[in-house]
Amino acid sequence: MPVPADLDPGDLDPDDLDPDDLDPDDLDPGDLGSLVAERSVLVCAGAGGVGKTSVAAALAVQAATLGRRAVVVTIDPARRLADALGLDGLTNDPHRVAGPWPGELHAAMLDTRATFDALVARYAASETQTAEILQNRFYRNISHALSGTQEYMAAEKLYELHVADRFDLVVVDTPPTRQALDFLDAPGQLKRFLDHRVYRLMTSGKRGMTGVLNRAGFAVLRTAGRLVGAPVMEDAIAFFTAFEGMEAGFRQRAQQVHSVLRSPATAFVVLTGPQLDTVTEAAFFLRRLRAEGLETAAVVANRVTPRFVEDEATLARLRELAGGPDRPPGEGEGEAEGGAGAAAGLAALAAAVLDQHDLADDEDAILAQLSIAPSARVPLLDHDIHDLDGLDDLRRLLFEV
Amino acid sequence: MDPSAFFTSSAVHIVAGKGGVGKTTLTAGLGLAAASLGLDVLLVEIEGRGGLPGLFGRNRLHYREETLAQGVRARSLSAEEALVEYLADHGFGPLARRMIDTGLVEVVSRGAPGMKDILLLGKIKQLERAGAADVILVDAPASGHAVTFLRSPRGLLDAVASGPINSQAREVLELLTDAARCQVLLVTTAEETPINELVETAFSLEDEIGLHLGPVLVNGVLPDRHLPADVRRAAKRAGVVLDVGVRRALETASAYVRRRVDAQQSQLSRLDELLPLTRLTVAQRPTAGLAHAHLPALADELLAAIRAA
Ligand SMILES: Nc1ncnc2c1ncn2[C@@H]1O[C@H](COP(=O)(O)OP(=O)(O)OP(=O)(O)O)[C@@H](O)[C@H]1O
Ligand SMILES: Nc1ncnc2c1ncn2[C@@H]1O[C@H](COP(=O)(O)OP(=O)(O)OP(=O)(O)O)[C@@H](O)[C@H]1O
Ligand SMILES: [Mg+2]
Ligand SMILES: [Mg+2]
Repeated sequence: MPVPADLDPGDLDPDDLDPDDLDPDDLDPGDLGSLVAERSVLVCAGAGGVGKTSVAAALAVQAATLGRRAVVVTIDPARRLADALGLDGLTNDPHRVAGPWPGELHAAMLDTRATFDALVARYAASETQTAEILQNRFYRNISHALSGTQEYMAAEKLYELHVADRFDLVVVDTPPTRQALDFLDAPGQLKRFLDHRVYRLMTSGKRGMTGVLNRAGFAVLRTAGRLVGAPVMEDAIAFFTAFEGMEAGFRQRAQQVHSVLRSPATAFVVLTGPQLDTVTEAAFFLRRLRAEGLETAAVVANRVTPRFVEDEATLARLRELAGGPDRPPGEGEGEAEGGAGAAAGLAALAAAVLDQHDLADDEDAILAQLSIAPSARVPLLDHDIHDLDGLDDLRRLLFEV
Repeated sequence: MDPSAFFTSSAVHIVAGKGGVGKTTLTAGLGLAAASLGLDVLLVEIEGRGGLPGLFGRNRLHYREETLAQGVRARSLSAEEALVEYLADHGFGPLARRMIDTGLVEVVSRGAPGMKDILLLGKIKQLERAGAADVILVDAPASGHAVTFLRSPRGLLDAVASGPINSQAREVLELLTDAARCQVLLVTTAEETPINELVETAFSLEDEIGLHLGPVLVNGVLPDRHLPADVRRAAKRAGVVLDVGVRRALETASAYVRRRVDAQQSQLSRLDELLPLTRLTVAQRPTAGLAHAHLPALADELLAAIRAA
C-alpha cells in the first residue's frame, strides 16, 4: 500500500512526539503572511476535519486582498461553501469569484476523473488511443479508485495551474487522508505503478507466450483470472496494452510535478486541531517534510478553545462563584425572589468558563509538543464557515488584521 | 430499549460516519457497554489506521485476535491477510503465493474496486457464521469510503459473474441485508456538514444496499445548562456584586456557549426532520485527549441512552 513500511503510522505513539526530534533549524517556520505574499504554491495538509478546505480558501482570499491573482483548488467543500464560491456542480476549471479585493480570487473544485482524462489525452499518441483508454473499464475504475489517485490528481492540477501563468498563487486543499503524506508521494506512486513487475508482465503478454518467463507469467495471470473472473483480467490486460507508449510522458510529468512540490516556490501549511491525534499527525507530517528535504512549512492551529479570562484574580473570583465542586447548584446566597435560581445560573456559567479555561490549558500543553510554534491560532468559532463573510473572518483571525 | 436486546438484535454492528466524528471512540464505548452486560464482544478494526488500540493503551492490533479488557477482544483485519487465508482455504494451489508476491492481486484488485472490501467483509461474515462473539462491532472507514465499502458486494456481483469472488459477494450481501444478522450504527456530530453526509449515507445504505439502520449516535453534544443570558440581571437577583472584568468574561462566555448549544440543538432538530431514526446522544467531554480512563463513563452514558430510547 502507499505508505512505505518505514513510515507506518501505526508506529507513531504520542510519546514519540519528542520536540527535539524536529530540529527547528531544518524546517524554516515560515511566516504565514510572507508565504501568502511571496510564494506561488501553498499546499494545505492535515488530519480530517481540521479546516484544510476553509483555511485554503481563506489564504486565497488574503492573497487577493494583497492584490495577487490567486486560485484555490478545493476538494469536496461543504455544500454551502461550494455555493458561496460559486462551485455548484463540478467545476474542474477555475472560476472567478467576485469580491471586494484588489486582486483576483478564483476557485476550482478538483474533479479527479476529468483531470486524469485530460492527462491521458495529453500523452496519448492519437485520439484512438485516448478513446480506447477512456472507455476501458479497468481505467474507469482506477482513475478514481486507485488509492492515491485523488492526491495525485490534486498535485497534477496544482502543476497545471502553476505553469499556466494565469495565477500568482495556487492554493491547494488536500483530501482528508488520515496520512496527509499520500499527497507528497502521489506522483511517485504512479511511477511505481508503472514500474511494477505486473505491469510489465501484462504488457509483455501480448508479445507471445514463447519465452519461459512469459509462460510462467501466463499461468499466474490465468490463476488470477480464475479468482477475480476472466472479464476483469481481460479489461486489465487491455488497459495496460492500450497504455503502452504513454508511460514515458506520464513519468516525465510525474517528475515535473514532483519538482514543483519540492521547489522553493512551494510551501506547506500544516493544519492541526488542538486534539492529541491531530497534533500527532501534524508532527508526523512535519517530520516527513523534513525527511523529504522540503524547507518551508507554517503550522496553523485551528478550532482552538477560546479563553474568556486571562488574569488570576478573575479566575479566583470565578472559582468562588462556581462554588466548591460538592456544593449542589441552587444553594446560592441569594435572598431575593428567584435568587437561588439566579445564583445557580451564575455558578453554572462560572463553572463553564473555568471548564473552558482548563480545556484551553490542556490544548496548550498538547500544541506545545509541536516543535514549530503555530504561526496562527484560530479559535473554535461559534458558527460554521460557509460563506465569503465567514472566510473573511477566518482570514482576519489567521493574519491578525 | 433493553440494552441486551439492543446488542443482540443482530450479531454484527457496523459503526460508520464522516471522518473524525467519533466512530472509533464510540466503538470502544459500545464494546465496553456490551461487555458490562456479560456479553462476549469482538471489536474489529479495518486496515489498522485508527485509534482503537490507543484507547486500550496498545500500540496496535493484529490480525490475530487478542483480549483488550474483560469480555472484550479485538482484531485488525487487512485485505492482504484475509486474501492469504482465503486462498489457502479455497485450494488455490502453489500459484497463490506467487500471485500475491508479484503484487498481481494488488494491481488487479485496483481495477475491480471492491475486491479488497469483499475480502474484508467476507472475513467478517466468516466470523459471524462461526459465532466468534455475541457482539461483533466493526469500526468502519469514514463515510464516503464506508458506502463504497458496503456497496462492494453489489458492484462485484455485476462485475464478476461467476467464480469464488462472486459467491463470496453473494454471501456477504446476504449478511448485510439481514437485519437479524447485521445493522449499521451511524455516527455524527451535531454539525451541519456531518449531518448532511449522514443523511446521504443513510439513504444510500438503506436504498442501494438494503442495509438495516440501527439508532443514530450523535457524539460531542454540549449539555444545555441554561446559562443566564443577562449576567447583570442574574447577579442582581442573586445578590452578587461582580466587577466589570468578571462580568464581561461571563457575558462573553455565556453568549459563546449559548450560541454553540443553540446551533447544535437546531442541527439536532434538522436531523430529526431529515431522518426518522432513534437517536442516542453522547456528551462532549471537556478534554483534548480522550483516553482509556474516559471509557467506563462513556460506556455508562451509552447504556443509559439506550435504556431511555
Ligand atoms: N475556526 C473554526 N471555528 C469553527 N468552525 C470551523 C473553524 N474552522 C473550520 N470550521 C468548520 O469545521 C468544519 C471542517 O472544516 P473543513 O471542511 O475546512 O475541514 P477539512 O480539514 O477540509 O475537512 P476534511 O478533512 O473533511 O476535508 C467545517 O464545518 C468548517 O466550517
Ligand atoms: N465525546 C467526546 N468528547 C470529547 N472528545 C471526543 C469525543 N468523541 C471523540 N472525541 C475525540 O475526537 C477525535 C475523533 O474521534 P475518533 O477518532 O473516535 O473519530 P473517528 O470518527 O474514528 O475518526 P476517523 O474518521 O479519523 O477514524 C479524537 O480526538 C477523540 O478523542
Ligand atoms: Mg476538506
Ligand atoms: Mg476512527
